[in-house]
Amino acid sequence: MAKLPETSPAAGLLPLTHGGLTLSEGPARRMWMIQPYPGREAGLDAALRDAHGIGFPEPSRSTGQRGGRLIWAGRAQALWIGTADPAPGLAQHAALTDQSDAWAFLKLEGAGAEAALARLTPLDLHPSVFKRGHAARAPLGHMSAILHRRSAALELFVFRSMARTAVHEIGVAMRSLAARAAV
Amino acid sequence: MSGPMRLEKGGLIDRSREIRFQFDDQWMGGVAGDTLASALLANGVRLVGRSFKYHRPRGILTAGSEEPNALVEIGKAARRTPNVRATTQELYEGLYAVSQNRFPSLKWDLLEVNDLFAPFLGAGFYYKTFMWPRAFWERLYEPLIRRAAGLGALSKQTNPDHYEKAFAHCDLLVIGAGPTGLMAALTAARAGADVILADEGDRMGGRLLSETITLDGQPGPDWVAGVLAELQGMDNVRLMPRTTVTGAYDGGTFGAVERVGLHLSAPAADLPLECFWRITARRAILAAGALERPIAFRDNDRPGVMLASAVRSYVNRYAVAPGRKVAVFGTSDDAHRTVADLQAAGVEVVALIDARADATTTLDVPFYAGATVTGTEGRLGLRRITVTRAAGSRVIDADCLAISGGWNPTVHLTCHMNARPVWREDIAAFVPPEGAVPGLTPAGACASRFATTDCLGDGVAAATEALTALGAKVSPPDLPRTDDAAWRGAALWAVPGKGRAWLDFQNDVTVKDVQQAARENMVSVEHMKRYTTQGMAPDQGKNSNVAALAMLADVTGRAIPETGTTTFRPPYTPVAIATMGAGGQGAGFAPQRYMTSHDASVEKGAPMIEAGLWYRPSYFPRAGERTWREACDREVGHVRTAVGVCDVSTLGKIELHGPDAGRFLDLVYTNTFSTLAPGRTRYGLMLREDGHVMDDGTTACLAEGHYLMTTTTAAAGQVMRHLDFVQQVHAPGMAVRFTSVTEQWAQFAIAGPRALEVVNGFLDTPVDDAALPFMGNCAVTLGGIGGRLFRISFSGERGYELAVPARYGAALFRDLVARAEGLGGGAYGMEALNVLRIEKGFLTHAELHGRTTAFDLGLAKMVSAKKVCVGQRAAARPGLTGPDREQLVGLKPAGAVKQILAGAHLFAERAEAVRENDEGYVTSACYSPTLGTTLGLGFLRNGRARHGEVIRMVDHLRGVETLCEVCDPVFFDPEGGRARGETS
Repeated sequence: MAKLPETSPAAGLLPLTHGGLTLSEGPARRMWMIQPYPGREAGLDAALRDAHGIGFPEPSRSTGQRGGRLIWAGRAQALWIGTADPAPGLAQHAALTDQSDAWAFLKLEGAGAEAALARLTPLDLHPSVFKRGHAARAPLGHMSAILHRRSAALELFVFRSMARTAVHEIGVAMRSLAARAAV
Repeated sequence: MSGPMRLEKGGLIDRSREIRFQFDDQWMGGVAGDTLASALLANGVRLVGRSFKYHRPRGILTAGSEEPNALVEIGKAARRTPNVRATTQELYEGLYAVSQNRFPSLKWDLLEVNDLFAPFLGAGFYYKTFMWPRAFWERLYEPLIRRAAGLGALSKQTNPDHYEKAFAHCDLLVIGAGPTGLMAALTAARAGADVILADEGDRMGGRLLSETITLDGQPGPDWVAGVLAELQGMDNVRLMPRTTVTGAYDGGTFGAVERVGLHLSAPAADLPLECFWRITARRAILAAGALERPIAFRDNDRPGVMLASAVRSYVNRYAVAPGRKVAVFGTSDDAHRTVADLQAAGVEVVALIDARADATTTLDVPFYAGATVTGTEGRLGLRRITVTRAAGSRVIDADCLAISGGWNPTVHLTCHMNARPVWREDIAAFVPPEGAVPGLTPAGACASRFATTDCLGDGVAAATEALTALGAKVSPPDLPRTDDAAWRGAALWAVPGKGRAWLDFQNDVTVKDVQQAARENMVSVEHMKRYTTQGMAPDQGKNSNVAALAMLADVTGRAIPETGTTTFRPPYTPVAIATMGAGGQGAGFAPQRYMTSHDASVEKGAPMIEAGLWYRPSYFPRAGERTWREACDREVGHVRTAVGVCDVSTLGKIELHGPDAGRFLDLVYTNTFSTLAPGRTRYGLMLREDGHVMDDGTTACLAEGHYLMTTTTAAAGQVMRHLDFVQQVHAPGMAVRFTSVTEQWAQFAIAGPRALEVVNGFLDTPVDDAALPFMGNCAVTLGGIGGRLFRISFSGERGYELAVPARYGAALFRDLVARAEGLGGGAYGMEALNVLRIEKGFLTHAELHGRTTAFDLGLAKMVSAKKVCVGQRAAARPGLTGPDREQLVGLKPAGAVKQILAGAHLFAERAEAVRENDEGYVTSACYSPTLGTTLGLGFLRNGRARHGEVIRMVDHLRGVETLCEVCDPVFFDPEGGRARGETS
């Protein structure tokens, strides 16, 4: 049969710009949850360095660059984000689970991004506190999200099924900030 | 001109910006910088409301958020907000305000008659009077009292406005921007700390905006402007005006309400009216100041009687004369200060009455030392006062009386974590105890240091101490010199005498009420409070608590510390529910989870219903179908005779990996999974630790050490949490990890005799029964896309579930439905899914409702005795098995009435339908088009032994009684040949 057409999680919803802020959908990436088995953390770390040149991230941190990176995503787990799948050999040390379709990948850019997200998450996202390479698993409104600061953008990962709610709620916060600025 | 009482010069107002507003449908003028209260006073309006209980005429008492009298409704229709304090409402063009608690008008109020009956309406009146006859309470007394009782009314319409919630974090939160707060913020800001300075006023500066005190030779407001300009220029400082810190909570968290759009004439639609902040601060300084206290004397509640500090605010800040002939009555030098300010502004002062016998003055004013005010006159506003000295009484014409009974430190926030304020005899006031709120330091007037010089120094000291604790290096700024003297005064709570002297203006509580409460043995301050309702109005007794308990102490012959004090709860000032619930209106209540097929279902006209957070199609109506039942019956028919397609992506999917995954599954499931071969799928039952069933579902072995568990939609989160718990607590060493893949895969059930035709139409390599037998699974490809195919059935028919990465879900659903429609079938929704599973006796959370065991469900054999699983021991406890248990049964109608209703209860055929005879209940019911009858599933005491018996179903709520035959819960194809593909 012919290949089925694809739909991205936030198709038709983004990008969104209010004031100096832009919310957009991140590029389609291969995403895998990598979870080291008990006692295999060091082995995984070594295998990752061998295969991809990056280590397994410390809690609340990320590692890696273009091509492949890992964002801490909770106890004993990190989310692989890359243009390709992680090396299959890693499965000796860790559970590898395909998540490429599980998350809506959103990016919020512009001055005041922290203020917009302060409407939705209790985290302190001030750049001096939540720095480049910092990651957190935290509430975003009533949703559970992964937050990550990467250079200029704050990256957000929410459940794919909640993409509309996430875009709506972040949009409300963006519009509210723009309206405050206009007073 | 903005009103006849506006002073010709002075004030922090912008006379060039005139503002028109309405009060009780009368147009008036004000200027920028006015509050509604100052604008009303400028227009000569003294009467602004009626009191809560006696409907007494009331005027403006204060100039701040503690105002008990001047409560008004602002706005019209759905945008109407009741109980807004006129003293904090900033004036804007077109503001529409209406007075409250009066009918038909403010000047002619019918319920003013209550005031004549006052001797009968004292403390405890309601408790004594409305006790009898008992039945009258609900039908007569309560509605009457509610109608008569005061304060404003809600619009009863949906709130169309936008509200907001937000979080903030800082090193130091400074609460209050008076002299103390400003110096604290400046000290911390210069030391580089991340500072939030919050103040409830629209303009920062606190009392410095209302007094004529100078700092370093500058007028107060000019000095304030200089400090604010410096703070504004610093990146590490956030100024939050119009922000009331309402509560102190654990871990350095504070609640605060910011008024964002409430002061604007036409706020933009996206602009929130208010924002509810949760501020997390490493340290906090409470610089909340102090509230001046009134003095109780006969008829001290007439419009025109006003706190002396408020009089100074109106004169100095708003350039309004609060009266043409003003008298001042006080117990401290503040009274003298008030006279001086009034005279400087050109307002006539007719008397200075100082209760201290030894007081002197150099002011040019009729002076009465050692005197008190013992009465007032004037029905709708003050006209005369009576001044009494040892030498005798004298009546003086006055239309405004400024009163000053000393100051109460604003200790409210220090009480929010259960600390009680401490009495200080030397200043006759309650002060915050040490360490009342961890990390919060009270400073300045709220810590009983009233003089401006002391406040400035205290702000610097508190900030220095807080920042040093945070490890910062502080170089304290120089203190400005002020011309403010230390506070000198005496305590006077009430002037003895006949008549009613008001303590709590908002709840109409008098000195007599407190005395009567004590006589009736309500001698505990908590009892007195509840008996008289003193301090229970929205102002929480800000103006009256201390005086009331001082009166209680007096009448019971105890000292004030012995009498004790009631305490304060959050919020400091009333908070609109709309603000606290910001973002939660309508769809904002919870996230909405959409399946990839959502748009296709909506296009087909399917009503979407909530399943947890998910939205699922209820049924897919077709032309000519008038009821949901017609669509449902047709969809059931598709599955039983042709093929149906249903999106089942909402079911929880958890992928498990690891060499110990099988062992782990054995631990969480009652039955064995470690023996499950790759390519096979098994139904499993999971117990809670207490032995009751938590969830059921199938788990597929995809490969060695690689499993896919499915859960019910409802329990997906609970199961995930449970697995995490079991792994961390019971099996930390097992080499197993799991991740939710619910969102990763779009999964569709294809069920019916022609299901295989549909499935094979999509597969690059078709399957047959040999390749994929019942309860098998395999990897497949669809046009090169990797998918998973499971041979499982929740309908009892030949069934497949086809999973693809979610990005293909939308397209695959449309194609599957089109293919099914071509074969005489189509999409089916939740209603048909439910009918199909009831016909087969399959379980959902209607049956797995948390109180049922494997035994109850007839699944005891699934609890393997060869291994240990979570909940196994607990399930064997006495009382969880046996004939006394209510057991799963099927129900079919056995009489003339055919209705079976979920929620109805079951009784023996001839037993009375009362609680004592209850033998069970119906959990699920439907009409089965396949069998042509209604069917029910339910739990019946000893039910498995009672198949064939006729019992009575009674639905007390809907008034339905049906005779039912008890039967096996599997109504259709009990041998299961259809699902295996042996029959169709």
